[in-house]
Amino acid sequence: MANRLPRYLHPGAWWLWALGLAAAASKTTNPLLLGLILAVAALVVAARKPDAPWSRSFSFFLKLGLVVIAIRVVFQVLLGNPIGSNVLFTLPTVPLPDWMAALRLGGQLTLESLLLAICDGFRLAVLLACVGAANSLASPSRLLKAMPAALYEVGVAIVVAMTFAPQLVADLSRVRQARRLRGRADKGIKGAAGAAMPVFEGALDRAITLASAMDSRGYGRTGQVPIGVRRVTVLLVIGGLLGVCIGLFGLLSTSQLSPLAFPLLAAGLLAAIGGMWLGGRRSIRTRYRSDPWRLPEWGVMGTGIAAAAGVIATGIVDPAALTMSVTPLQWPQLPLVATVGILLAALPALVAPELPAPAQVRRRGGSRAGAPVERMAAAG
Amino acid sequence: MIHFNDVTITYPEAPAPALSNVDLTIEEGELALLVGRTGCGKSTLLRAVNGLVPHFTGGLLTGAVTVDGRDTRTHPPRELADIVGMVPQDPMSGFVTDTVEEELAYGMEALGIAPQTMRRRVEDILDLLGLAEIRDRSILSLSGGQRQRTAIGSVLTTNPSVLVLDEPTSALDPGAAEEVLAAIQRLVFDLGLTVLMAEHRLERVVQYADRLVVIENDGAVVHGEPALLLASAPVAPPVVELGRRIGLNPLPLSVRDARRATAAIRRELAPQSSADAPGQNSPTSLAQSRQDHQRPVGTVKHLSVLYGKFAAVADLSTEIRPGEIVALMGRNGAGKSTLLNTLVGLRKADLGSVTVGPDNEDPFGMPGSELLNRVGLVPQEAGDMLYAQTVADECAAADRDARTAPGTVRALLERFAPGIDDNTHPRDLSEGQRLCLVLAIVLSAQPPLLLLDEPTRGLDYPGKRNFTAVLQQLAEDGHGIVMATHDVELVASTATRVLIVADGELVADGPTAEVVVSSPMFAPQISKVLRPTSLLTVDQAVAAIDLVQAR
Repeated sequence: MANRLPRYLHPGAWWLWALGLAAAASKTTNPLLLGLILAVAALVVAARKPDAPWSRSFSFFLKLGLVVIAIRVVFQVLLGNPIGSNVLFTLPTVPLPDWMAALRLGGQLTLESLLLAICDGFRLAVLLACVGAANSLASPSRLLKAMPAALYEVGVAIVVAMTFAPQLVADLSRVRQARRLRGRADKGIKGAAGAAMPVFEGALDRAITLASAMDSRGYGRTGQVPIGVRRVTVLLVIGGLLGVCIGLFGLLSTSQLSPLAFPLLAAGLLAAIGGMWLGGRRSIRTRYRSDPWRLPEWGVMGTGIAAAAGVIATGIVDPAALTMSVTPLQWPQLPLVATVGILLAALPALVAPELPAPAQVRRRGGSRAGAPVERMAAAG
Repeated sequence: MIHFNDVTITYPEAPAPALSNVDLTIEEGELALLVGRTGCGKSTLLRAVNGLVPHFTGGLLTGAVTVDGRDTRTHPPRELADIVGMVPQDPMSGFVTDTVEEELAYGMEALGIAPQTMRRRVEDILDLLGLAEIRDRSILSLSGGQRQRTAIGSVLTTNPSVLVLDEPTSALDPGAAEEVLAAIQRLVFDLGLTVLMAEHRLERVVQYADRLVVIENDGAVVHGEPALLLASAPVAPPVVELGRRIGLNPLPLSVRDARRATAAIRRELAPQSSADAPGQNSPTSLAQSRQDHQRPVGTVKHLSVLYGKFAAVADLSTEIRPGEIVALMGRNGAGKSTLLNTLVGLRKADLGSVTVGPDNEDPFGMPGSELLNRVGLVPQEAGDMLYAQTVADECAAADRDARTAPGTVRALLERFAPGIDDNTHPRDLSEGQRLCLVLAIVLSAQPPLLLLDEPTRGLDYPGKRNFTAVLQQLAEDGHGIVMATHDVELVASTATRVLIVADGELVADGPTAEVVVSSPMFAPQISKVLRPTSLLTVDQAVAAIDLVQAR
């Protein structure tokens, strides 16, 4: 069973899974459901997170979520209109001019509005956590490799930018050190301004060298494509992506499901995929060790969609179950369909292929056939 | 394999052609070595092989360059990618992806090679170049030699028949350089690859070359057998120079050849030189006795510098006295640059202490303007210190920085590198001239301690000879000098003392002759040839041999 061998799952599968969870989270302010989504995401990250620098981003996203909740609450306290009657405390009201009558600064803070603010902030935090989960489960470079051939140039630009950034930082510190060696300001605005020009020149130089290196390695060889096909490609890709956006908006934004959302989403997806396929044909590139899309990928993607579907279905049947009810103040419900859907999304923690062992372990006791041929020419 | 047919290349707005009337043929399976002074057009010639010149750089090329029957006029670089593998001077600048394995596959992906073939070739190249152990590693984490081998591997996967390398070992320590050269040699011998390579460090590569291509100063090209060309060439590695001066025929190109040719001389030399113990009346020991009672210009006491849990410098102690030229040697990443940076106050001493100047002050946190007249550093990228648009502006700005009389820096520059035009842009200077300009700037405030990080990296032999003379003058003026370097020949000819660091620890500290002679890695060519004597330079060797033969 090749499907059961330890391997890295296709990064696209993780992203679709996480987007499914995020879609589910965006439809609800029910803290129980949100908490469940967060728990599922955390569980899967803990179980299937590779050991790499980029995979430590989950906790960063969690902290970012806490900041978002805090900001949301502060805004509620300072600016929000009170709902309900359980007043917690009253801040002095700052009188505002007439033309700002819609705004209110300070005043009463009620338990109800505070709870609503916390739940709303929590939803944003869970959305962030879903993105963080995808970030730490799927290697960004593998994701870029999996980009459709039509978007290849964009992918290369991103990769180059990612390797450029750390080098730019290194350049900057080097040049600032050099300024200090000449007895000039190396800190503050003056130092930064003086260092900018040499760093910029260096970056430009490097960009030109990289471009020439890529050219001499065959970058930009293309097949012949008639102009008509190229135009149709652009039309399909852009039109399709627009359709996808509008469809998703219809699906996720309103509480009432728009009947056009699903067909539009499907049509947009089809057009975009068609366009990318057409565009991919002009490129003669091949892929080295591309990640396969097998049964586990379908499964992981499916569980993410199940979570979204469960929540959306609940929203159609019983919209009240998805919101935090504060008037009257009630303990939130736990709707069955949505709960099952979200719990399904935890399955990848158990059934997704295990991760391969790290390189050092894998090669322990392995052959040393690759040992360098150095020292043969020690005469130099 | 490579044909240049009456090629003249002129860059736009250049007064004279970069290369003129080049006729050159490199046969299949040859290892051709391209030499010439800096800025003479070596890179231009190399980049013309796959059409980067003029397709990428612009300029006018007359005549014809053909590689394996393909004319570069009709084939831009990307259409030659499957027959010419081009390794740029700085391998980092040519990497597109972030791991070794993907970098190897990148070129093949661009050429549209079938996935199964790609997989097999990547495995082959990983083994061939000894990269299998580091296949998953991020490129940023590799050592210099590994990077260079990865760069070579990344162009080999497309199965080219020609490999073009621009200074593949200039930035490497002796060990890493051997690693890379051994790999190249293997490609030539086992795979029959045609290799065209430019290199300043002739002593490292000349013995492997089948053909020497010399670019003269006027852009003309001479080529032929290395031994024949070197007999009269103005530049030659020490072993060849020795052969020429004591009249060996055929001229030895490698240490091995020279040892075999000098067996008789060495037998006579051995008892004689063991009689006068190493360096009894050499300039080294004279300088040594003069310095011992002088106050040090820099002191390092039990210094440790940490990056997290990694000790870049570990419990290192030494003193630098006026008039000394101390060579700091060791692998890339052994802690040389960290030590220099700490001495100049760019890094804090985590444990122990570093002091400079007459009052033994800690350089860390000292304002830049005060630092100037205690210690000066010429960094590895000397160009980082140049900001102005002309040499004259740069010198004037340095005078203001150091608060010296106007014209001081210009006068120093004139002394180090005479005849530079005031209106030249610092970027247009040759590598050696730029080094002298930075040196003049750093010395404007008369720091007693002068630090140099890899000063001779881009210098050719004449540039190096000039720089050596400048260094010796400065030492005589009473500057204490520390230079981190991989250049064993430079060390042999200038240094009075050698420090060898490994993993941040000081493993050897002593007079040059004692330290380098016993080290297989850091010994200069002459010392390897005339082992077990302690002769280091051609001049010393010739003098000793003359003495023996006169007797």
